[in-house]
Amino acid sequence: MRIAVLMKEVPDLIEELELTPEGRLETDVLSYIPSEWDEQALEEALILKEESGAAVTVVAVDSGQVDDMLYTALAKGADRAVKLAAESEVLTNRARAALMAAYLQQDPYDLVLTGVQAVDDLDGQVAGLLGGQLGWPHASVVREVKAQGEQVQCVQEYAGGWMATLELALPAVLGIQAARRPPRYVSVAKVRQLQKTASLETVEVTPLPAVELPVRRLYRPAAAGHATMWSEDAAEAAAQLVELLQSRKLIRS
Amino acid sequence: MRPILVVTENQGAELSDSSRELLSKALALTEAFGGEVVAVGFGEGAPETLKRSGAHRAVAVGGSAVAQYASLPYERALHQVLERIQPSLVLLPNTTLGMDLGASLAAAKGMAMVAYCCGLHTESGALVATSQVYGGKLLAEVAIPVEEGAPGTVVTVLPGSWAPEALPNREPVLETLLAEEAQGMVVRETIAPESGGDVDITRAEVLVSVGRGIQDPENIPLAEELAQVLGGVVSCSRPVVDAGWLPRSRQVGKSGLTVKPKLYLALGISGAPEHLQGMKDAELIVAVNTDPAAPIFEVAHYGTTADVLDFIPAAVEAIRERGA
Ligand SMILES: Cc1cc2nc3c(=O)[nH]c(=O)nc-3n(C[C@H](O)[C@H](O)[C@H](O)COP(=O)(O)OP(=O)(O)OC[C@H]3O[C@@H](n4cnc5c(N)ncnc54)[C@H](O)[C@@H]3O)c2cc1C
Repeated sequence: MRIAVLMKEVPDLIEELELTPEGRLETDVLSYIPSEWDEQALEEALILKEESGAAVTVVAVDSGQVDDMLYTALAKGADRAVKLAAESEVLTNRARAALMAAYLQQDPYDLVLTGVQAVDDLDGQVAGLLGGQLGWPHASVVREVKAQGEQVQCVQEYAGGWMATLELALPAVLGIQAARRPPRYVSVAKVRQLQKTASLETVEVTPLPAVELPVRRLYRPAAAGHATMWSEDAAEAAAQLVELLQSRKLIRS
Repeated sequence: MRPILVVTENQGAELSDSSRELLSKALALTEAFGGEVVAVGFGEGAPETLKRSGAHRAVAVGGSAVAQYASLPYERALHQVLERIQPSLVLLPNTTLGMDLGASLAAAKGMAMVAYCCGLHTESGALVATSQVYGGKLLAEVAIPVEEGAPGTVVTVLPGSWAPEALPNREPVLETLLAEEAQGMVVRETIAPESGGDVDITRAEVLVSVGRGIQDPENIPLAEELAQVLGGVVSCSRPVVDAGWLPRSRQVGKSGLTVKPKLYLALGISGAPEHLQGMKDAELIVAVNTDPAAPIFEVAHYGTTADVLDFIPAAVEAIRERGA
């Protein structure tokens, strides 16, 4: 089975997100990390490879920041890494999906895994966009993917803890919620070493059409209600908690 | 304006809360823009619940292919409905159904798409959507074209984004559509929620809830100790469950449980929209998070940027001292 894992890099939310006066992200100061759900998708693909000998290709749109992510995926056990050449470094998710759909039409895979969502996919999640654009069976919010000949089985999650086991005919696209195991770790040294011998392939594709909506602006939510902040000192904050709980009769005074 | 299509879901024998939210918003928008609301529902119960949708027209999709949810037959049926209705706007709840079908309908039909919508309002004749992005740290504002020639826009809405108005007492003109069996997807088994296990977090009055900021499974006993002195139990965010540090029965949020305790202590939880969905109605929320910009502070009543690993032992000690 040939599996493609679609990955992208997103701003690290640990850092402060700065905005320009026009309400755009100040991209110069951003640091990027692989989207956490894409990392879950990669892990699930690597587990499938171990179980059934699948060949795993990681695919990313080349925004200029994806090399580390792709080398890391190779160091973790992916077989190939493909960068899709893009005309712009700033792409909507819709535009990314259109490039990926074009690539998947020219280099077909049996199974496509990607993260269920990303923190910036305002104009649609990749799994659904691809499923719709390619006309393949697709399911999101899934985990526990098992390969079974011409089909895959997975568990889809619904509200309130309900779930169902689904079987999908291949080719199919899955939006992965979580891998069966936490993503494996690979040391920076190992990635650096691999970088000396491995290479990333660059592929040019003509994107399929995509309808885009311009984002007027990004802004911080008006602090409609903001917490009353206590001391940043742990002992003082703990004392303030006790006082509060006593006044609310949540602990004995 | 061309019609607004609302994709509804049922919760037992009723329309789900998020479906009612969408319907009431769609009806308000038709007052501003003209046009009709068409509600679509699936499965055996749909003809009955759609009667109470307040929509102008309704389509009940039936047949064994949609007796239970599966994205493929639902999607095929919605394609037919879209062809017929040619809506200017399609509203879906951002549940698994919306995550499955919102983006795919937009891509298949060449429509625009706005995900994670938490607000829809009119602004001098235009329609403006507000969406939560970057884990709730930022909002994005998008103008949705509604003029005649526009391709139409699919919007998935976060459940609980606005309070639904009472739906009008109007019985919609009902059509039925028999869904075709879809080759390529089979639902093998439906699995009921993992019941309580050791504790039922929905019944606890005090929840000490840990997130990824707890850092290591070895730190969970710290939280257990704090829960114990407070007479509560430990709950958590999703990544803590996915990492195998706590059982799924302890998970609060969209894909976990909804809780409404007297005290919710959020320790090292960022406050992503999917987490807030499960706890924002707690009576008293206290958050501990080293990031002063963490969205959890917007729903918390009290907070501190102390390190959880310092705060928890300090709190245990302070409570013990008082209690003694
Ligand atoms: C379909 C779907 C369903 C989902 N359902 C749920 C759900 O039911 N429940 C849920 O919780 N999530 C759910 N999620 C995941 C959700 O999007 C977030 O990823 C998740 O809530 C983040 O968990 P977290 O806050 O623990 O981790 P993070 O977002 O990583 O936050 C960790 C926080 O800890 C803080 N921190 C770090 N170290 C310390 C320290 N030493 N002291 C104090 N603070 C510290 C950081 O500042 C950060 O804010 C769902 C996602 C999807 C796509």
